[in-house]
Amino acid sequence: MLLRIFAVVVKELRQLSRDRMTFGMIVMIPLVQLMLFGYAINTDARHLPAGVVNLSASAYAPRLVNAVQASQVVDFKRNYANVMEAEAALTRGEVKAVLYIPPDFAERLLRFPNQGQAELPISAQPLARPVAQWLVDGSDTVVAATIKSLRQMPLNEVLDRPVSATVASLEVVQYFNPEQRSVVNIVPGLLGVILTMTMVMFTSAAIVREREQGNMEFLITTPIRPIELMLGKILPYVVVGLVQVSIILGAGHVLFDVPFRGGLDSMALASMLFICASLTLGLVISTIAKTQLQSMQLTIFVLLPSILLSGFMFPYEAMPVAAQWIAEALPATHFMRMSRAIVLRDAQVMELSFDALWLLGFTLVGLVVASLRFAKRLD
Amino acid sequence: MSAPLAISTQGMSRTFGGLVAVDQVDLAISAGSIYGFLGPNGCGKSTSIRMLTGLLRPSAGEIKVLGENLMGNEDKIRRRIGYMTQKFSLYENLTVLENLAFVARIYGFSWRKRQQRLAELLQLYDLVGREKQLAGSMSGGQKQRLALAAATLHYPELLFLDEPTSAVDPENRREFWERLFDLCDQGTTILVSTHYMDEAERCHGLAILERGVKRADGSPQQLMQQMAAQVFEIAGQDLRSLKQALIKLPEVLSAAQIGSRLRVLVTNSVSEPLAWLQAKVEEARGAGVQIETQIEMVRPNLEDVFVTCTGQGRHGDVA
Repeated sequence: MLLRIFAVVVKELRQLSRDRMTFGMIVMIPLVQLMLFGYAINTDARHLPAGVVNLSASAYAPRLVNAVQASQVVDFKRNYANVMEAEAALTRGEVKAVLYIPPDFAERLLRFPNQGQAELPISAQPLARPVAQWLVDGSDTVVAATIKSLRQMPLNEVLDRPVSATVASLEVVQYFNPEQRSVVNIVPGLLGVILTMTMVMFTSAAIVREREQGNMEFLITTPIRPIELMLGKILPYVVVGLVQVSIILGAGHVLFDVPFRGGLDSMALASMLFICASLTLGLVISTIAKTQLQSMQLTIFVLLPSILLSGFMFPYEAMPVAAQWIAEALPATHFMRMSRAIVLRDAQVMELSFDALWLLGFTLVGLVVASLRFAKRLD
Repeated sequence: MSAPLAISTQGMSRTFGGLVAVDQVDLAISAGSIYGFLGPNGCGKSTSIRMLTGLLRPSAGEIKVLGENLMGNEDKIRRRIGYMTQKFSLYENLTVLENLAFVARIYGFSWRKRQQRLAELLQLYDLVGREKQLAGSMSGGQKQRLALAAATLHYPELLFLDEPTSAVDPENRREFWERLFDLCDQGTTILVSTHYMDEAERCHGLAILERGVKRADGSPQQLMQQMAAQVFEIAGQDLRSLKQALIKLPEVLSAAQIGSRLRVLVTNSVSEPLAWLQAKVEEARGAGVQIETQIEMVRPNLEDVFVTCTGQGRHGDVA
């Protein structure tokens, strides 16, 4: 039994070492993806193209424009004569937002609480209205949210008044990622995505390829047992997966200064569990698919929800309950939770035993299913 | 037959959807012999072999291999049989030695036994010096020898070869058959499928298959003697038109030109075939036309048997 598993492992490693393309991809996929996501994904939008419709003759209006420009959130590129022109520009996609300064801007500004005349009669306060308006292309929620954050922009600069500090009603203390860099959260999550992609892909093609290239017909007339073939196919890629984990975490630390707070042993164990779960998932796919193309399609079918629902891109808690159930079924979700906890919050695998046990169970069930589905027959 | 049977089947059938690939085939193959499946492509040779190796389940019928029911005993029987597939089924991106070592490990050979057996096989199958060559880069003949080495590595009692020589040149084919006879001498039963007549003629026993049906079964000599037709060769001129005329007669099973001669098969239902054929040839030539023709009776060969059994000569295309 061990000898036969060993035979398959040796064979797989030899074949892998001859396949330079795949060999290169083991290293290049994590590195390139890390760079791409690390540098490109940024949820803090900056320098959005914007326009101005200024209907006010007040000297304060240009000062408001300057103050907004100084925030770096938007770059004012165009002036529009009226709202209709501005709306047309939004539709064309020329700008993402337009600052509309109404004709009575100066009046509004003076009536604005804490900004204009020091003391406004109580009766006048309900009449206070926003001094200007943003017209936003709200189709991208990140853009919309960024412009919304400008709602509370202090107007001191516009009026040359000293800052009258307001006291926040609730104070926020940020643990684990005080500088709010999204890359800190992305790198441990990226582990899950890249491992899902490469691990599922490697094994999903494993059985199908032997079938397509005609090796299977010989192999199944030998005394090899399905479970031996499955284990032999998985074991070499566990090592490959661990290499990828080291690359991502190492490069993430060096290039993006992602802290590594948790223990290496916890990380290795969590990764191992996830790698095994992904590999068995690939094997199950491989016993279902008839061609390598089909196995590829099924891999993508698993990969997309692993990216979108696992908590990698959007917070798990914000998803509807049904989506959370689907997410729970994906190994990537459980690993994402564990890897972020370990890397960023110094958690131990033991504290995450639910996710760890879930992955272990998934692997065992997957192995049994794949072995049962793999009949040593051609029909 | 006195020798025990290596393979026996009763009513072995297999359908794929509506297509009957193998139809009610009974086989009784004695141990220690070389038995051939002869037939054109798509006649059910490969499907039969796949059923006998347990790769395909028969739709109906019983199969006994090496004295045991195949159903339920596949794993046990697989240790005792070897199978060389039609398409090269070892790993093209592994070397000769790696491929053989893989197979040896799968069959549970210990390190010492493995070294010994691999050295033996490399020697036997003329692969010494090619140990480190990738299987994918070898010629058809070399691949075939490697495949045979892998299929016989675990000393199988019964060896299945599915069109083993389709990718090799005639010289390699002769050599290959020498190796098969060596294996047979050592007691291995061999079942080989082929569409070459000369190969079929080397077998001890032979089944002629056509569209899934077994048309004939016996030794090549028996088949030739029991053939239900007489064979004549006609020499002369203008054989093409003569052929066209003769092939229309229901008593003529086949007429095929072989060099400067026309080989004609006349069914045994004609009592005086030579005289009958002479009359028919003159009739075909037309009255008054003097073209010299010689007709002589010749010994049948396996191709004649094949044509008689399958009725393929009617269409003029002989495999």
